[in-house]
Amino acid sequence: MDDITTSRPGVHESAVKHVTGRAQYIDDIPEWPDLLHVATGKADRAFAAILSMDLSAVRQSEGVIDVITTAEIPGDDDIGPVYKGDPLFARNEVQFHSQPLFAVAATSLRLARQACARAQIEYETFVPIVTIRQAMDAASFVLPEKSFVRGDAGVAISEAEFSLRGEQYVKGQEHFYLEGQVSLCVPDEDGGVLVYSSSQHPTEVQKLTASVLDMPMHKIQVEVRRMGGGFGGKESQAAALACTAALFALRTGRPVKYRMPRSDDMVQTGKRHDFWNRYHVGFNQRGEIQGVELDLAGMCGYSPDLSEGIVDRAMFHADNSYYYDSARITGYRCRTNTVSNTAFRGFGGPKGMIAAEAMLDDIATVLQIDPLDARKANLYQPGRNTTPYGQTIEQHVLPGLVDRLENSSDYRNRRRAIAQFNGSASHFKKGLALTPVKFGISFTAKHLNQAGSLVHIYADGSVQVNHGGTEMGQGLYTKMVVVAAQALGVHERRIKVTATRTDKVPNTSPTAASSGSDLNGMAVLDAAQQLVLRLNEFTAGHYGVPIAQVSILNDRVRVGDVTYPFEEIVKLAYLNRIHLSAAGFYKTPDIGFDFEHGTGRPFYYFANGAAASEVIVDTRTGEYRLSRVDILHDVGRSLNPAIDLGQIEGGFVQGMGWLTTEELSWDIDGRLLSNSPANYKIPTAYDVPEQFNIALYDEDNNEDTIYRSKAVGEPPLMLALSVWCALRDACASITDYKFRPAMNAPATSEEVYRCIQVARASMQ
Amino acid sequence: MELVLNKERVSIAVEADTTVLSMLRERGLMGTKEGCASGDCGACTVMVGSNNNGNIEYRTINACIALAGNLAGKHLVTIEDLESDDGLHPAQKAMVTCHGSQCGFCTPGFVMSLANLVEQGIVGTSTDTVSDQVKLGISGNLCRCTGYRPIVAAGIAALNSPAPPTVCHDVARRFLDITDTELSGKSYARPRNLAELDRLVGEHGRDCIVAGATDFGLNITQFWRRYSQLIDVMDVAEMRVLETAGSDMVIGAAVSYTDLEAWFAGRSPIFVKLLHRLGSRQIRNSGTLGGNIANASPIADTPPALMAWDARLLLRNSSGGEREVRLDAFYVDYRKTVLTEDEYIVAVLVPIASLAQFHRFYKHSKRLEDDISSVMGAFSFYGDASHIETARIAFGGMAAVPLRIPALEKLLTGQAVDELLITRVCGQLRNELTPLSDVRSSAQFRMDMAAEMLDRALREFAGTALPRVDDLEFDASGALGDG
Ligand SMILES: Cc1cc2nc3c(=O)[nH]c(=O)nc-3n(C[C@H](O)[C@H](O)[C@H](O)COP(=O)(O)OP(=O)(O)OC[C@H]3O[C@@H](n4cnc5c(N)ncnc54)[C@H](O)[C@@H]3O)c2cc1C
Ligand code: FES
Ligand code: FES
Repeated sequence: MDDITTSRPGVHESAVKHVTGRAQYIDDIPEWPDLLHVATGKADRAFAAILSMDLSAVRQSEGVIDVITTAEIPGDDDIGPVYKGDPLFARNEVQFHSQPLFAVAATSLRLARQACARAQIEYETFVPIVTIRQAMDAASFVLPEKSFVRGDAGVAISEAEFSLRGEQYVKGQEHFYLEGQVSLCVPDEDGGVLVYSSSQHPTEVQKLTASVLDMPMHKIQVEVRRMGGGFGGKESQAAALACTAALFALRTGRPVKYRMPRSDDMVQTGKRHDFWNRYHVGFNQRGEIQGVELDLAGMCGYSPDLSEGIVDRAMFHADNSYYYDSARITGYRCRTNTVSNTAFRGFGGPKGMIAAEAMLDDIATVLQIDPLDARKANLYQPGRNTTPYGQTIEQHVLPGLVDRLENSSDYRNRRRAIAQFNGSASHFKKGLALTPVKFGISFTAKHLNQAGSLVHIYADGSVQVNHGGTEMGQGLYTKMVVVAAQALGVHERRIKVTATRTDKVPNTSPTAASSGSDLNGMAVLDAAQQLVLRLNEFTAGHYGVPIAQVSILNDRVRVGDVTYPFEEIVKLAYLNRIHLSAAGFYKTPDIGFDFEHGTGRPFYYFANGAAASEVIVDTRTGEYRLSRVDILHDVGRSLNPAIDLGQIEGGFVQGMGWLTTEELSWDIDGRLLSNSPANYKIPTAYDVPEQFNIALYDEDNNEDTIYRSKAVGEPPLMLALSVWCALRDACASITDYKFRPAMNAPATSEEVYRCIQVARASMQ
Repeated sequence: MELVLNKERVSIAVEADTTVLSMLRERGLMGTKEGCASGDCGACTVMVGSNNNGNIEYRTINACIALAGNLAGKHLVTIEDLESDDGLHPAQKAMVTCHGSQCGFCTPGFVMSLANLVEQGIVGTSTDTVSDQVKLGISGNLCRCTGYRPIVAAGIAALNSPAPPTVCHDVARRFLDITDTELSGKSYARPRNLAELDRLVGEHGRDCIVAGATDFGLNITQFWRRYSQLIDVMDVAEMRVLETAGSDMVIGAAVSYTDLEAWFAGRSPIFVKLLHRLGSRQIRNSGTLGGNIANASPIADTPPALMAWDARLLLRNSSGGEREVRLDAFYVDYRKTVLTEDEYIVAVLVPIASLAQFHRFYKHSKRLEDDISSVMGAFSFYGDASHIETARIAFGGMAAVPLRIPALEKLLTGQAVDELLITRVCGQLRNELTPLSDVRSSAQFRMDMAAEMLDRALREFAGTALPRVDDLEFDASGALGDG
């Protein structure tokens, strides 16, 4: 079929609505006069037994219509998404600071909050575990440890020419989606509930709401038109709001909105995990890694939530793009008395990769070679192409991509210029790093790799597309229009993608793991192809020509040498009682993983990219600026280059925030100190370099993905590791690269300053 | 109260503590978003036009913390009204074509900030300066999706688009007479002079005073406090002066930072630079020196700078009694000042001579732009490197109050700047202060940064240029230009 729509930089389907303020988010839905608002009573300690909870003053407070605790839950009070362990409200024990203890529905948010403050609660306080080290010492885990083992890494390291050890503490990240968590629930006439949720996983919201309310899933409808950002933070975390609001809606018979003010959202919802990584690596004179032992310990918070898969993915990406001849990679899932950490763009991947990147820089320092050469020596390539978990790398994108970026970013010349600059007396030092990313695409939980769609052609020739994916800004709906138009052979103007709803496409997977367009695109394609076949068969029969002479192209139906407007054929088909609606389905082929033995092919393919970042650091203060970034990223054959570009630069900047200014901190009592945008700083426009060169690496996906495209949501976030490595490089320059101080993340100016002091001390 | 809301003149009843954002959303105008309710994200950005001597001037504000009562007699422009019969506003159009929105939640706020630049007719001479203007304009807008590049590109495109519209001005002109309406509401008073203010303070107490509301608003939106009576000082003529009188520069307590930026442009680029790192464009459009000083936060940016300049405050009580107090004698303890219960700040007096003296204001914060200081150091030296005649050294973030360090100043007085002196005075600094560790910084790092600032200021005084990272300018190739 002729390529009429893909690879065109079309604008986001909601762009005009965004800029005019007409795009509707849940909080913008006009409020019913009898609407109730929810607030929760929060525990003010991190680990305690609840001795008594007196809510009588709460109930009597002005405007209060209903109050619920765990005792009022008719069904299952545990909303853990995979494993149990997430009570909607604390039972007898407080597990983290600000854990919800009860909820109030009142006539206004202010009154609901005011009521919450009147609770009388008595606790017996225990000493909480709030750090990874405390958890490791106490063997406090939410799930057992796991390892991927290939060969005997210990022996390989001891026999290697060189070896080194290192460790790093890598803090987590607050999602800071601009739209906070919100759900609006409307009771229906059958005792069920219509749930509007800002969720990446409507089916799970449906399932958990049903189980909390003790009713079958078919009584709950969940609708998600768009989210004001998700980034993983609305994969499992949205459910609590929906469940709470739905319960109030049923109990009161009134519509109920639960919108978390930012100050609640930051302390009550999970974040990216902190990780404590330790590595031991053996390598040869060429820098080739012979053996690696890696311990990755993630701070999961008080419950498993999605941490099994998250730490798995850290393990799956502890090789980043590098071949480890033998390896032992162990992941620990630490239980702490903090909010349960959750999915965040990259899903643990960044936490494994940063260990690999630190290690490669260390190797270069020992061998006194350019870190880029150490990296290139270890890139997967034919012959050295099996991952520690046994998957073979089939499409070798990175060697060529890294070479091209090395040239286009003028890496070698800049390296020389920087050496010269750093040799001068200036109190500024520059750093440079070029780092690759290889990111595995597929849910590692195999069953999630499925998707459904529903495509209707109406009798007037207009088309409606629905699918199981959710729109959080990543442009999924826009891409689905492209896919449907291309598959049907019609113009994009005909196509409207409607809000994601559990009653249109059931049993959906979360829009996560970068899989949105891969999975849903194929499902939409399947439905569209069924419809094309039906239409073509009908047209051939109707005009009495062989089906081979019928096709839909450029918005018209060709029959032999004649073409008809699409809507004319559609109308004819309708009159001839042709079924003009199709449900599509897709499941990713050729994947599977044996978790017991830690081997298999968990990923359908890999998305790749590389970035070169240059920084300039004030060695007197640790303050720095990012002066230039060059990115080359592999999206296969792009479904929409403008949207892909947006994902790449947006992901990069988000990753940069994680590694630079965004710093989560808790006090020893488990209270989150970085609890507001006044003290948790995501990047601003000022932090983005003027010189920001991004290009797509044009190479079709080897695998049969939707129009040979590749997933793009998460991988670019990890391109920001180049910034972190460049900062470390600048610190190492103080010692003429003889010594590279261990750096933690985020590399705030304080951390960079500390590293500079360590570097200076190393010279004495 | 009466105001022009987009294209209509409306009469609205609001309570003293109603924020602009809640007023809008209660009226069903849902385009303006709440992202944080603390002035940090800009999703709630709206444009306010006020009559400045017959000229309607438009500025952006954070609707989430701004108070509705302040809008009486003004023109409020929201995202709903940017589109005209000619279609999308250039800022909207550019945001669409440059792919400036992803999830779209931040977008209305960005569009308002960009549209405000267009409405102000900001045009740069080169792409570099336009891009700087755009970044200043959106300094209070956070986007978690796009990475900003396309938004900055949209801003540049909008500013370069032909014939920027003046829709706001046209509408406002028709309603110019609205500024003659009674501004004061029953519970939200807007005195126009000190005599009126005295009466109100006498009646309701000083604590009812609100200026730009950039600190005050958080009491309502973050701490859920309620206020039944407020006194807005932003129209008090005597508190809006910006003039030189004798040997002093008189800065009215209710002058906004944005106005100060213009005033100081030719007078102290160093102070302007500090202002550019104080809050964001939206915050600076509302926030005032009086609020910064009276709020008595130990991490406020301007008190150390003003102390280094040897500033005084003109205070006044409800009976009309006035006194002058040195700013370095104003703070008593954590969030405590010498203000008596019915006393307020009328103006800040800065000796003109101070501006001509060597001064440096250094701010350290986790994020360079729109972040609260972890350490703020301010230095003023008079004399020359071979003989320091007077020295003033003040810090924020290093103690319970912003303060001067007389012991260090004494050490410097009469001395020549050399390595020995620098080492001695920076060493002594560590004996003078005991900062705290908190979410922004460790105590140790604060101490190191304070010492570094003093060291740097002395070296610069002695002629060694030691630019900071925010002095760096990068040319289009990412190379370092002259800073
Ligand atoms: C997002 C954000 C960023 C910020 N960034 C910075 C920053 O970088 N640096 C910084 O220093 N501050 C910052 N601030 C704090 C704030 O903007 C400043 O302190 C500002 O100067 C306060 O002025 P205002 O006019 O808004 O005061 P208001 O909020 O109106 O008042 C503050 C207090 O001062 C009292 N008051 C006001 N005027 C007078 C007067 N004339 N006499 C007596 N009492 C008075 C009020 O009663 C109130 O208690 C930030 C605030 C926000 C929300
Ligand atoms: S809502 Fe974030 S600044 Fe107003
Ligand atoms: S587009 Fe999502 S926050 Fe800016």
